[in-house]
Amino acid sequence: MKVWTIIDKEWADVFKNRLVLFTVGFLPLIFTAIPLIMLYVMRRTEASELEELPQALLGNPLFAGMSPPEALQAIMVNQFMLFFLLIPLAIPMTIAAYSIVGEKTERSLEPLLATPITTWQLLLGKSLAAALPAVAATWFSFLVLAIVARFIVVSGRVYAIIVSPTWLLAIGFLSPLLTVLAVTVGVIVSSRVNDPRAAEQLGMVVILPLLALFFAQMAGLIFVNALVMLCLVGGMALVDIGLLQLAVRLFQRENILTRWR
Amino acid sequence: MIQTQNLTRWFDNTLAVDNLTLEVREGEIFGLLGPNGAGKTTTVRMLVCLLAPTSGQAIIDGYKVGEEDTEIRRRIGLLTEAPGLYERLSAYKNLDIYARLYEVPSDRRERQIRGYLDMLGLWERRHDPVATFSKGMKQKLAIARALIHEPRVLFLDEPTAGLDPEAAKLVRDFIAELRQEGRTIFLCTHNLDEADRLCDRIGVIRQHLIQVDTPENLRNHLYGRKVAMQLRALSDAHLQLVRALPFVKEAHLEGDKLVVALDNPEDENPILVRRLVEAGVEIQFVSELKHSLEEVYLTLIKEESER
Repeated sequence: MKVWTIIDKEWADVFKNRLVLFTVGFLPLIFTAIPLIMLYVMRRTEASELEELPQALLGNPLFAGMSPPEALQAIMVNQFMLFFLLIPLAIPMTIAAYSIVGEKTERSLEPLLATPITTWQLLLGKSLAAALPAVAATWFSFLVLAIVARFIVVSGRVYAIIVSPTWLLAIGFLSPLLTVLAVTVGVIVSSRVNDPRAAEQLGMVVILPLLALFFAQMAGLIFVNALVMLCLVGGMALVDIGLLQLAVRLFQRENILTRWR
Repeated sequence: MIQTQNLTRWFDNTLAVDNLTLEVREGEIFGLLGPNGAGKTTTVRMLVCLLAPTSGQAIIDGYKVGEEDTEIRRRIGLLTEAPGLYERLSAYKNLDIYARLYEVPSDRRERQIRGYLDMLGLWERRHDPVATFSKGMKQKLAIARALIHEPRVLFLDEPTAGLDPEAAKLVRDFIAELRQEGRTIFLCTHNLDEADRLCDRIGVIRQHLIQVDTPENLRNHLYGRKVAMQLRALSDAHLQLVRALPFVKEAHLEGDKLVVALDNPEDENPILVRRLVEAGVEIQFVSELKHSLEEVYLTLIKEESER
């Protein structure tokens, strides 16, 4: 009940902020539209256009026997998956930054902490308020992508990649774990700064590993298949547990009033 | 209602509150006075279970701080120095959130919110974002928020700070009304006039408790009771006459007034007046000379600094 009250308050408050609204509404729209547009454009790929891509990438058995448009769409679909995972990172980071730094600047945390709410309820409420829109936006965007892509991809083999275990693991499990990562990093960063934009920018360091993976795959250095994705899910769960412990410690009443800046 | 025993709080190497022992009785308004950095806010934060004491103990309404914090939080209301309202939300929404966090039953919630918004003249503005409110309106709303769950104990930290005289009076009157309802109020303030008017007892703190008593007793303790008399044609002979009276502790001239220190003016004033009239003195005015709480406070703090 109290957790829901916090979520209700957070949504009523942060969604009045235009930047938060823009991030939550516009980001999924862009990240869904760009892949669809690119898939549409690549329907007529010539074999010569593939020569520009790294051989290590093209040599992947997943693309064996595919026509040039099929291969390029398949490669892009794999890349989009990582691109897509920016949604569950950016949205909660923005909401968490505005929610926590906002409480600091309005000096509303102290009366809130004086209520009979537990630290866990408060942290859970704030985390869910940031995470739920992100997970919902990611899943909804994926649903739109999966439905519309059915009519754009050149073959069933390409479409099979979109609904493959790798993608489903990424969307179903990795994206919620990424929202937890973003929220906890948001809490940690927000405890140190007094400007929501600074908190947001600092917190965005969490996207660096994802970008590294994006470029590594692009260069053919790594290929994210179901096994790699499973490892990523497991690794992220461990990272989340560690960061959650840190966030919970930071979110103790005593620490908020004495250590937060 | 509030008891503390050797309550102490250190922040690293800084002693913020030192062995504070005091008792606040049920239904009284207790004022905590002290200069900036004296430990007033830290004391309140310990009593409302936001900070843990380094040592010592505190009991609020029978519940022990540090052990039964949730129970204490249910029974107290806190007005912090800054109103700390959600500026983008409406007045109604602000109170509704806190009513739910304080577990006010849903059938009472709306009535309660309406009651306080009505009482403070904010009902017509209930749907407006708090950001559009004046400072006084925000402060009133913050007090309503602290009261929304009908707490038995209310902690008010600088309730009239930064308010214009009219808004400050409104808030003061409201606090006085709360006393009529039998609530216990723990008031931290820099406004000595406010403390004088509102508080049943006052504690002066500078890390440790310097003195605690009623405003009247604090004055009497420091300065004794004095009477000022305005006499026609005041002379040195009059002064000698007064000084010769056995119950007069001290007498001196201040401009055109004769100031006399007495232990019991109620009984001794009539004798004093009679003797002066018998001596042919024409008395124009007699009044009790009251020291302001500000003088008392400054004297206490000065004495403490010199110690």
